[in-house]
Amino acid sequence: MAVIKTEGLTYVYGEGTPFRKVAVDHIDLEIEEGEFVGIIGHTGSGKSTLIQHFNGLLKPTEGSVYIDGEKLWDDKAKLRPIRFKVGLVFQYPEYQLFEETVYKDIAFGPKNMGLDDDEIDRRIKETARMVGLKPEMLEKSPFDLSGGQKRRVAIAGVMAMNPKVLILDEPASGLDPKGRERILSMLKDYHKQTGNTVLLVSHSMEDIAKNAQKILVMNKAKLFCYDETVKVFHRSEELRQMGLSVPQITRVFDRLKAMGIGLDDDVYTVKYAAELVLSMLKRREG
Amino acid sequence: MLKDITIGQFFPGTSVIHKMDARVKLLLTAAFIVMLFIADSLRALCVGIAFTLIVYPISGIPIKMMWKSVKPIIPIVIITALLNLFFIRTGNVYWKWKFIKITSEGVDTASFMAIRIICLIIGSSILTYTTSPIDLTDAIERLLSPLKKLKVPVHELAMMMTIALRFIPTLIEETDKIMSAQKARGADIETGGPVKKAKALIPILIPLFVASFRHAEELALAMECRCYHGGEGRTRMKQLHLSWRDLAGTVFVCLFFAGVIVVNHIVK
Repeated sequence: MAVIKTEGLTYVYGEGTPFRKVAVDHIDLEIEEGEFVGIIGHTGSGKSTLIQHFNGLLKPTEGSVYIDGEKLWDDKAKLRPIRFKVGLVFQYPEYQLFEETVYKDIAFGPKNMGLDDDEIDRRIKETARMVGLKPEMLEKSPFDLSGGQKRRVAIAGVMAMNPKVLILDEPASGLDPKGRERILSMLKDYHKQTGNTVLLVSHSMEDIAKNAQKILVMNKAKLFCYDETVKVFHRSEELRQMGLSVPQITRVFDRLKAMGIGLDDDVYTVKYAAELVLSMLKRREG
Repeated sequence: MLKDITIGQFFPGTSVIHKMDARVKLLLTAAFIVMLFIADSLRALCVGIAFTLIVYPISGIPIKMMWKSVKPIIPIVIITALLNLFFIRTGNVYWKWKFIKITSEGVDTASFMAIRIICLIIGSSILTYTTSPIDLTDAIERLLSPLKKLKVPVHELAMMMTIALRFIPTLIEETDKIMSAQKARGADIETGGPVKKAKALIPILIPLFVASFRHAEELALAMECRCYHGGEGRTRMKQLHLSWRDLAGTVFVCLFFAGVIVVNHIVK
């Protein structure tokens, strides 16, 4: 069964005013459990609006959202449990930190769930380890940490609720390359270890290519496509027209093909490209 | 939800009143308020009502917008009217029941007060609806500039006001974001008693405070980078000009002002 399902999901900002804008336009979508989905789209294409429907922060103007088969907004009281099931990490999540210590801040979500202290403690230690926070950091004030550390604390705060679906909006933006790498590999490990569904919104095609099994492309408030990574990057010309791109390495291989050196049409990670080139060299030698 | 709040409530338009000089509008509004307060009878107040009824359509502000600014003070109007109605015990008695006595003077004063407050709000709303907040602070700065001689930091005060106005939408947006983020972590803002509700505000207020300080620091730095050093020798992008409209407006207000004084005397 699909963990997230939408039917004709539409959201309009400022209905009835001169500023009316359709942010999400009739989206039908089914995301299966356990998948790692990359969400891409031009700025203002409706990605952020879309993901805020998945945990009931926004109420659809039209259409419906189902989480685990349960329809949202039928009963407002049921929205809170949904937010524990679908964890959403906003862009620049470090700006939402507020507690005296890192430990307490991570505890905020689990405490709202009504878990007992032992369970909360266990979860905090586990997520702290997962996001790479040293145990002594837990007693520090979150405001004393570096940008990358703050970011990881904020992500841990959502992970500690152990949501069935984890959604992250640009979790690596504004970080240095090392910080980016760290967050992304951490997400990959998290996905592997927990088997939870992960939705990653990103502008970096490289990050998406490296991690996602499927890609959801938004264009001008509409769902352009939702398909396997290989198939989506195959449509590089259409993506380019939308103002999106394909990973750099794919572009390299596209040009090689145009020059008459066609190796493979589906190169989208550097790792695979290296293997391909090496095997070709080997064949030549042999 | 938070975005629905109108602040500064400027409603862009092209009416004569919109095009008037903000300084003149500010002074004329002050004159209008004085006019309402020197009117000492219902009849004199009618001149003020007439003024409001003439000026409001000229401004081109939709009824809905005006109602939005009048609505919040309706309770105050009602309370003032009721107090006057029941506690003024002189004049012809219209109706009596136990200790409650409604008299002609009570009714007169109650309606007088209610009309005065409503005219006051409509008049000052016309000012804020037709003048952008920036023009308004500019006008205040210009009008207060003689105080510079007394070492009052007029420019700095106006700059503070401008910055405060500029950051209201930014902070509202920020609050919205923080609220969503904390709700995503299961924060419960809507339910519970007053103590619980107050406590639930902590996760929103602290990040908001931190954000305001961050904005202040960034803005100060950006201003310094562009060599801002206070008001001395600064020229402005928008020059305020007096025109025929301002003259006409002033004459118009003076006529009504005189009208109120005349009616006051005739009634006596």
